[in-house]
Amino acid sequence: MSQPPDIRRTVDAVWRIESARIVATLAKMTGDLGLAEDLAQEAVLDALQQWPESGVPRNAGAWLTAVAKRKAIDGWRRRERLDDRYRAMANDLAQTTDADWQPIDDDVLRLVFTACHPVLSREAQVALTLRTVAGLTSDEIARLLLVPVATAQQRIVRAKKTLSAARVPFETPEPNEWGPRLSAVLGVVYLLFTEGYAATSGERWIRTDLAHEALRLGRVLAGLLPREPEAHALVALMEFQASRFAARTTADGAPVLLADQDRSRWDRTQIARGTAALERADAVGRGRASYGLQAAIAQCHAIASSVDATDWERIVLLYEALGRLAPSPIVELNRAVAVSMATGPANALRIVDRLTSDGALRGSHLLPSVRGELLAQLGRTDEARSELLTAAGLTANERERAVLRAKAAALVSPEL
Amino acid sequence: MKFMLIMRSTAEAKAAYENVDFEQIINAMGAYNEELMKAGVLLAGEGLADDLAEAFVVDFASETPIVTDGPYGEVHELFNGFWILEVASKEEAVQWATRCPLGPGSKLEVRRVTDMSDFADFADNEFLQKEEGWRDEQQARQAK
Repeated sequence: MSQPPDIRRTVDAVWRIESARIVATLAKMTGDLGLAEDLAQEAVLDALQQWPESGVPRNAGAWLTAVAKRKAIDGWRRRERLDDRYRAMANDLAQTTDADWQPIDDDVLRLVFTACHPVLSREAQVALTLRTVAGLTSDEIARLLLVPVATAQQRIVRAKKTLSAARVPFETPEPNEWGPRLSAVLGVVYLLFTEGYAATSGERWIRTDLAHEALRLGRVLAGLLPREPEAHALVALMEFQASRFAARTTADGAPVLLADQDRSRWDRTQIARGTAALERADAVGRGRASYGLQAAIAQCHAIASSVDATDWERIVLLYEALGRLAPSPIVELNRAVAVSMATGPANALRIVDRLTSDGALRGSHLLPSVRGELLAQLGRTDEARSELLTAAGLTANERERAVLRAKAAALVSPEL
Repeated sequence: MKFMLIMRSTAEAKAAYENVDFEQIINAMGAYNEELMKAGVLLAGEGLADDLAEAFVVDFASETPIVTDGPYGEVHELFNGFWILEVASKEEAVQWATRCPLGPGSKLEVRRVTDMSDFADFADNEFLQKEEGWRDEQQARQAK
């Protein structure tokens, strides 16, 4: 089957814009997200065949939804023993027309929560969210996740089967489950972003395409959940971090660390959008939780004209708050870096050494790389070099390894 | 990639709007903007005042730039607003642009917004570097 390439691209663009609403409408109707996605994909195939001749319909989303609904009805009618439920649904549907398509935000929200349902693995949640909510093709998902297309397809198929096997209803969570379920949804988006922001694998250190998808998903979520401060705060956090993209790599793709970045290349309009999103989060009036605090920290960096001009005392306070709310060795390590800037490397080293003796972050390059920096500042050069080389041996990112090795090589032993 | 949707209207469009309830226009545009926001693609957008007393044109035809009243004396299409969208492809920009609630006499000119990659060949350019130095100075001043 071959179509003119521009029709493929147009259909992909329509899918990207409309998929969440189409799949949500169909899932609400059938109660089955997997079936809904299959029906929508069949409608997409029809579009690829018909649109080159008929032209792109004025309301392409309604067209795809109507075609998919007809396929659902036909499928049910073909079954020999049609139960009453499906018969009633088929009759209802047969009476509605294309013009009746009124996508409902609540259905899209059900879609988001179902795609990130806790019966699914993180991998499956990510793949299904990218497919149905973000409207990406399997090829695009494979490219973003750096896996073969067959693997991406398989993850989606398995995710749909799991939802079906676990009889997961197409619903938003009950109030008593709301908090953890919302965290899971936001977690999927932020995972995508961080993988784009500091890629743990691959040759490039920043993968802006992935980060941009995450930002778009975050904005969609904040639009669906205007009363959830953490949804706005997540958008703010991602806007602040993404504002540094242009400055975070050299022309040939090597990473540039915060202290060495040319701050004139930070995207000011993006910082302004981050500030606006954080204001929306604060305006809800429920205080700052984990993403809110992280966004506030990112904002401190974004508005500072230099490393020295940064309000490090405030950053230390924000990390302390974050550590109490969501204790983690990564937060502790970041607090150590902020403490070193606010009050010097000796205090920071005490925090890092406590982490080391706790056995935290074992196997990660982060702890030795920070420890190496602090030791270098304290003039303990030989120990610093050894830590930096340990860190270089532990990172999976080639660009980052090169930076750590260069730092180790640049250390000059004090004259004896 | 970012695209700018540039709205241009003729006198015909303006006359047509005079027969429509202005609130209806605001509602249609509001719904369109809301859709862009909910889709996560809207980065910026502004409308431009059509009071020509506040508009002027600077012409660089001669050595000394000449300032004249009103936008474009002879051109019939008035640039009266813009949106900046972040989308994945030109086709997606087409899909969004064609949904804009505009009528006869109105046009959207859609252009890709340049980014750093468009100037990658000039990364060492002396003037770009000078400009960055100037920006540093500005920021240092703002920080004080």
